[in-house]
Amino acid sequence: MSNPISSRCAACKYLRRRCPQDCIFSPYFPSNDPQRFAYVHRIYGASNVGKLLQQLPERARSEATESLYYEALCRIQDPVYGCAGIVSWLQQQIHDVESEIAKTQAEITVFLNSTVNISEPNTQYSRTNEQGMENLTNKHKEPLQ
Amino acid sequence: MAGGSNSPCASCKLLRRRCAKDCIFAPYFRPDEPKKFAIVHKVFGASNVSKMLQELPVHQRADAVNSLVYEASARVRDPVYGCVGAISCLQNQVSQLQLQLAVAQAEILSIQMQQPHQQQQEQEPSLLLPSPSMLSSLQTDHQDIDDDKSSTSLLLSSAANIINNNQLNLSGQYFGFASSVVNVVQDPLKRESLWI
Repeated sequence: MSNPISSRCAACKYLRRRCPQDCIFSPYFPSNDPQRFAYVHRIYGASNVGKLLQQLPERARSEATESLYYEALCRIQDPVYGCAGIVSWLQQQIHDVESEIAKTQAEITVFLNSTVNISEPNTQYSRTNEQGMENLTNKHKEPLQ
Repeated sequence: MAGGSNSPCASCKLLRRRCAKDCIFAPYFRPDEPKKFAIVHKVFGASNVSKMLQELPVHQRADAVNSLVYEASARVRDPVYGCVGAISCLQNQVSQLQLQLAVAQAEILSIQMQQPHQQQQEQEPSLLLPSPSMLSSLQTDHQDIDDDKSSTSLLLSSAANIINNNQLNLSGQYFGFASSVVNVVQDPLKRESLWI
């Protein structure tokens, strides 16, 4: 049994064939979106898509079709790099933001250190001075060793 | 190299055909790399790859082949999501890092605002000057900075403002879809070389 001609899925319409009841494409390529299958077919070919979907459990096929469509779209828009171009760009973004974070954290350290040094100059001087006086006193009290 | 030598290229070997001198695959699928063509053929098909390469100028074909190999490998590794899974992962990483950066930048602003005025004059010029919009948003949200809770909320609201100012102008067409696959757990590719 096949679907009536009027309700063929987009894949079978594109391939100009009858759409069987158990057509593997029909749940994922509805007839109201012909471009979707056209893009996927252009990059992967109907046969490869059919094989890929058949190898997957039914619950995963919808997501697989979405990702195939997305990748096909990327490849059509960028025939040289496709999705790999986006991956590369994101990796570069990560590198840039990580560098920026490192730079910013270094600045924070500089600010915090300068805050500590500026806020306690008298204390440090007092401590040094007191220690110096104590050393002088002890020097006279205890014999040299 | 062209198929004029004795050894056919990897694609012609797999397809069991004579490797012509002007074989379109020969420069990119050497005989000692059979897996490279096998994986591309499995996902895309030799015919589709040939068409794609023919539509490109010669100087771009090597890069195109490498990206096809990369995508095919990703698809074999993950038949459901392929490259898209990696994109989704990387997007999440970028978002998290941007948040970290915004928090760090807000912290610097907070420190600068807390320092006494004369110390700011003695210091070298800051490497990160707040933009007027950031300053005005901070003043709008300003609370008593001696209060710990107020400092935290000031920091977070500053971070949010900085994120809005620094937001990457990403194509909604790509990332609107990718957000739907965000629940997939994938190994992030990080700085893995693209070119096998």
